[in-house]
Formats: sequence, C-alpha cells, structure tokens
Amino acid sequence: MSFINYSAREINCKIVYYGPGLCGKTTNLNYIYRRSRPDSRGKMISLATETERTLFFDFLPLALGEIKGFKTRFHLYTVPGQIFYDASRKLILKGVDGIVFVADSQVERMDANIESLDNMRLNLEDHGYDMKKIPCVMQYNKRDIINCVPLTELKKILNTDGVPDFEAVALMGTGVFETLKTVVKFVLMELKKGS
Amino acid sequence: MEPSLVMFEEELKGISEIIERLLRDSNAKSVYLVDKDGQLIASSGDTRDIDSTSLASLTAGNIAATGGLAKLIGEKEFSILFHEGEKDNIHISIVGQRMILVVIFDDRSSLGLVRLRVRKAGEELHGCIQKILKRAEASKTKESLLEEITDEDIESLFH
Repeated sequence: MSFINYSAREINCKIVYYGPGLCGKTTNLNYIYRRSRPDSRGKMISLATETERTLFFDFLPLALGEIKGFKTRFHLYTVPGQIFYDASRKLILKGVDGIVFVADSQVERMDANIESLDNMRLNLEDHGYDMKKIPCVMQYNKRDIINCVPLTELKKILNTDGVPDFEAVALMGTGVFETLKTVVKFVLMELKKGS
Repeated sequence: MEPSLVMFEEELKGISEIIERLLRDSNAKSVYLVDKDGQLIASSGDTRDIDSTSLASLTAGNIAATGGLAKLIGEKEFSILFHEGEKDNIHISIVGQRMILVVIFDDRSSLGLVRLRVRKAGEELHGCIQKILKRAEASKTKESLLEEITDEDIESLFH
C-alpha cells in the first residue's frame, strides 16, 4: 500500500519480485543496486541462508526523482522462491503496489514457473488482491541459455493476461531496468487512476 | 487494492509530539513509528547512526513473521516483541492494528519503564491513527496530488 507523506513530501510504493527458486529475483535487485547512483539507493538487505538462497526477503530502497515536488521512493522486495517458504512469500506480498514476475526460461523450469504463478495468484487472493487489477510485469529471464523455451510459448503459457513482458539476462543486466521502469510507471498510473 | 495511506503535515506533527514525549519519558535512545508494510512514518532521538529505511523494513518483516507464528499456535498476534542486546535493546509493539512502535534503549532506561511509557503513548497514537483513517474514509474525494500527475511527469522520472 502506497504511503503519501505531505510533511516529508514523499510518495512511497512497494514492488515485489516473485518467481520460482533460482529464477533471478535477487540477481535483478543486485544489478539495480550496482547500477544505481549511491545517492538514489539505500542499503540492500538480503536475509539469505549460508548458501545465499533467499530465506525471507531481499530489500532495496530506491529513490527515482520528483513528481510535482514530491520525492518518489520505491521499496523493492524479493520473495524466497523455494516451495517450502510459502508462509514467508505470502507475508511479503502484504501491501504490495506492483509485481514483477520473473520466469526462468529453461525448459526444465517451466513447471516451476507455472506452479509459482499459481501460488502468487492464490497468495494475492488471500490478501484480497485481484491479480487482473494489480500492476504486474512479466520478465522472461536467462534468455542466453541454449535450451530456453521459445518466447511465443512462454507468452502463451505464462502471460495469459497479456501484461507487459520483457526478455532478460539479469546477470548481465539485459532487460532489468526496462522491467523496473515499466512496473514503476504502471504503479504510478494505477495510483493516479485509483486515487 | 488498498487505498494509499495519506498523511498531512498537521497529522504527522501530532504523531511526532507523542513519540518525542515517549523518547523523553522512557529515557530511550530513539523511537520510530513504522507502518506494517515497512514504511517509516516518523522517528525521534539519536537516529543518525541507524539506517532508518532498513530498520523500518526489517521491523515490518519481524512483525509479519511473528504474526505468522502467532496464527500457527492459535493466537491473533504477538503485540509486543523484545530483543535484548549486550548494550542496546529493542522494544517493538503494535499500535492501532496497523502501525509498529519501535523503542531503542540502553541501560539508562529499563524494560519496565519502556513498557509503561509505551502503553500510554500507544493509546495516544492509536487515537491519532484512527483519526487519520476516519478522515481518509470520510473524504472519498480524489487525492488531488495523484490526480494532477501527468503521464509526462511519470516519463520524466527516467530521463
């Protein structure tokens, strides 16, 4: 849920990166962190296991300039992708303003993508959200991998709602900022519409 | 989707006065008021060395996780959490159902004193928050700031 602070002249929004385990959610945030100006980013927090798998969430606060004299701040979160962390995933979706669903383009991860997307839909419904109404952007990651699923098939299977989608290689940064920009625009437009 | 939480200067002033009084009365080092979604609402005291954005997000995560634990054992929520460190301690409590009050204190204060003062401040903050929510409920008219945002404004963020 966005927070508009007239005293500090700030608009704050929450964006969650969702997707199956090892699809590249944390990699997206790491790239955004590395490529953002130090004065526009806050400290990145990763609550991870010793093997660097996300345990609870990653968090990156990002400032993106002003609108009508108000600073815009976005809190970027990732969820833990592994199936057994569902309770944590659900908690992180609370109060979300926009979602990036990161899909893994590898053939053998298609079932995991579908399962994660269904899980996201259920968790959003439990919080009272309608997936069709919440700003959502789809990112097909790992497009550089040899055995990747053709784009048309990914779109057909995962993007049945026809949300904006991007191909990405998050490790190299390809598509990372395009995805972020689109979800940010989408969130602000939704705020304007629903205000 | 939940509507935006909008807070005006006067409302924030009222909240700030309460947490500043709590800071003095409890002899604490710093006090923070955080939204359950992890947004920092207000802070007071010696906050220079602490990354308040991180503190807000981790506190909300902490409350969310213990809330999940509470439900597992059939409780509604755990309204108070206390973390004891070697020098500094953190007292976390839920106020007005949707805000979290965080008090950081050392041995110049005590858990008993903090609990006592937090209870009083919590009641006052609850009142303030209810007023803000009622005002938001009553004024169903469009939030003028958001209405004025143009597509060009949004586009300009990325240039």
